[in-house]
Amino acid sequence: MPLVLWRDARVQRIAVQALVLAIVAIIGWFLVDNLISELDRTGLQAMPFVEVSGSFPFVDFSEDFLSQRAGFGIGETSFGVDYTPNNSYADAFRAGLANTFRVAVLGIVLATAIGLLAGVSRLSKNWLVSHLAEAYVETFRNVPLLVQLIFWYTAVALRLPTITDTMDLLGVMLVSNRGVAVAWGEPQDGFRLWLLLLGGAMVIALVVRAALVRWQDASGTPRYPWWGAFGVFAAIGAITFFATGQPLEFQRPVLEGRAYAGGAQLSPEFVALLVGLVLYTGAFIAEVVRGSILAIPRGQDEAAAAVGLKAMQRLRFVILPQALRIMVPPLTNQYLNLMKNSSLAVAVAFPDVFQVTRVTINQTGQAVPMIVLVMATYLTISLAISAVMNLAYNRGLRGGR
Amino acid sequence: MIAQIWRPVLVAFAVITLAMGAIACDDDDDPEVTGGGNTPAAGETPSGNGNGGEGGRILEQVRSRGELVCGVNDAVPGFGSVDAQGEFTGFDVDYCKAVAAAVLGDANAVQYVPLTAEARLTALQTGQVDVLIRNTTWTVSRDAQSGLAFTTTTFYDGQGIMVRTADGFSTIDDLASATVCVLQGTTTELNLADRLPTSTPLPFEENETLQAAFVEERCDAWTSDKSQLAARRSAYPADAGGPESLVILEETFSKEPLGPLTVDNDSQWFDIVNWTVIGTMLAEEFEITSETVEAAAGAPETIDIARLLGVPFEGEAAFDPGLGIDADFMQAVLAAVGNYGEIYERNITPIGIERDGTLNAQWTDGGLIYGPPFR
Repeated sequence: MPLVLWRDARVQRIAVQALVLAIVAIIGWFLVDNLISELDRTGLQAMPFVEVSGSFPFVDFSEDFLSQRAGFGIGETSFGVDYTPNNSYADAFRAGLANTFRVAVLGIVLATAIGLLAGVSRLSKNWLVSHLAEAYVETFRNVPLLVQLIFWYTAVALRLPTITDTMDLLGVMLVSNRGVAVAWGEPQDGFRLWLLLLGGAMVIALVVRAALVRWQDASGTPRYPWWGAFGVFAAIGAITFFATGQPLEFQRPVLEGRAYAGGAQLSPEFVALLVGLVLYTGAFIAEVVRGSILAIPRGQDEAAAAVGLKAMQRLRFVILPQALRIMVPPLTNQYLNLMKNSSLAVAVAFPDVFQVTRVTINQTGQAVPMIVLVMATYLTISLAISAVMNLAYNRGLRGGR
Repeated sequence: MIAQIWRPVLVAFAVITLAMGAIACDDDDDPEVTGGGNTPAAGETPSGNGNGGEGGRILEQVRSRGELVCGVNDAVPGFGSVDAQGEFTGFDVDYCKAVAAAVLGDANAVQYVPLTAEARLTALQTGQVDVLIRNTTWTVSRDAQSGLAFTTTTFYDGQGIMVRTADGFSTIDDLASATVCVLQGTTTELNLADRLPTSTPLPFEENETLQAAFVEERCDAWTSDKSQLAARRSAYPADAGGPESLVILEETFSKEPLGPLTVDNDSQWFDIVNWTVIGTMLAEEFEITSETVEAAAGAPETIDIARLLGVPFEGEAAFDPGLGIDADFMQAVLAAVGNYGEIYERNITPIGIERDGTLNAQWTDGGLIYGPPFR
């Protein structure tokens, strides 16, 4: 212990941190206090009364403006969420949240696929392929997303034929500017049993794959474990499908009056938003993929070539597994961007959680609690995506380099 | 691991806290007036109806700024839109000018802030605009819950539905399973859900995108206040068929009283806006126009006219209503924009909405335009 306390480096460090914390706390207290007194003055509410509960999406709004009848309609819902204008504002919020989830999940999957394809293509030795990929990336990442969304909606989706001139593609797909309807399997009795059996089939297939891998390692000749596993899965799936009495009925969409019936239906607003988000984010992911592959030392590729691996094998077994480790952190960023950018749905009339929030603010005047609620919602989803990606990274992908 | 996940939560919470503070701070963005009467202790004023006794804050702000900040529409011809010269024009815009003339003596000292239907109430609550004159419907929940106060109604409207003539819809009940385009965050969105609960609403943020979707037949019908439908119909693009290709169905299924509104906690400011509106109605009743106002002020025919114009009458001193602005403010208002009838003639008549026999006629002609006494 030195003689003069304030010269001790540890004491200094703690003192500085305490000071910063105190300043932040004072500013925070001042702002919150100001907010609450201003809201009091105008007779508005500061926070929604949110309780954490067991039911999706894990929050409960009781004794609050959010439990009142919403009174406005929502054009489309996702994941079987049932909503009518007689439901509460909280239900409207949940319906919006489900719509956000639908576009974000589908968007992340599709953007990853397109990004991977475009990123690898840009490194191709084929002149046409690499330049096509480059043109795609440079176009889509350099035009603002909002502009792209308006383009996809007003210049593409709305310009499709009107519903009375519906385009009929072989009877499996109907296209008009009221939306796209695709033939789709409609679950019948026994569908759940079949799903259960499919789960079992997947377990058996994985066991088969593991056995084939062991056999391959022991014998030293390729035994194609993935193909074997897929074959087993498909065979069991087909047998159980007929054994359970064909629980999926293939339905073709039909035109009834001014709407489609049957099949899976996608609204033009949803399609415009999804296409816009996927192509925009895909361009960034392509750059992430390209950068990660280029970061692998050239020697790795040459060494793999020296032991006789073909180009696809080198990519699959040597380059991509290493590139994936570099890719994950920036990829997380792109997933977060896509999810947050889905709030631009307002521009194309898609009822996502932010759109519903804005309508609720307008109908109730409760701006502050709704904004706090929607900020907390986006924050939660973002942190969940980060946590999943970090988990994947820490579990299997980090490795030694 | 857990700590790693929670750290961003704490950081984000701190940021949200700061952001919340920032929202509240928006209220007093004019440093010159922060000192004067801006921060009354909470609870001192009973929030609610007008006569709380507090006030003067907004009037002071407007005076020191030398300009009225008025929230308006920029996409409804006749009510609030931008003309070919880039000037704001319309019925609601004229009432912005009237308030500016009353307070500052200059009808052109107005800064117009175009607002979407959906952003308008928040803009007023946070003090981004001094007054909102943007075809806004007076409802009890907006009045009671939103911390806002509606002045006298300037235009009695009602909701209707517009369809393409070629589609053959003749009544609203034909639209039970239709897709209906509607403006997001309006009372019409709520009325639609009440009147046609089985229809599919397609809510848009902007009238322009909505019209694009309607032109491309994305929706079967367009619902809004009938005045707005008439305005949009009159300006419907010729290559989409022009006004004749559209028909507004007969039924009116809601009350939409439209008028200016202010925040709830400045009763003096509310009174100024309200009595400016009432003044234009009284002027029409007394047959004072923008042309005759000067002569009428010089030699008022009746005591009522003298009081309205703030001039002496037969030995009696000039009447001061005590609004905190010049007693003769109505002279400036009428000289600038004229009386209610003139404002209507100039803006609403051209878009094809007749006044005779409607709710918007003077009470003496069987309408609802009725100014309370100015004394």
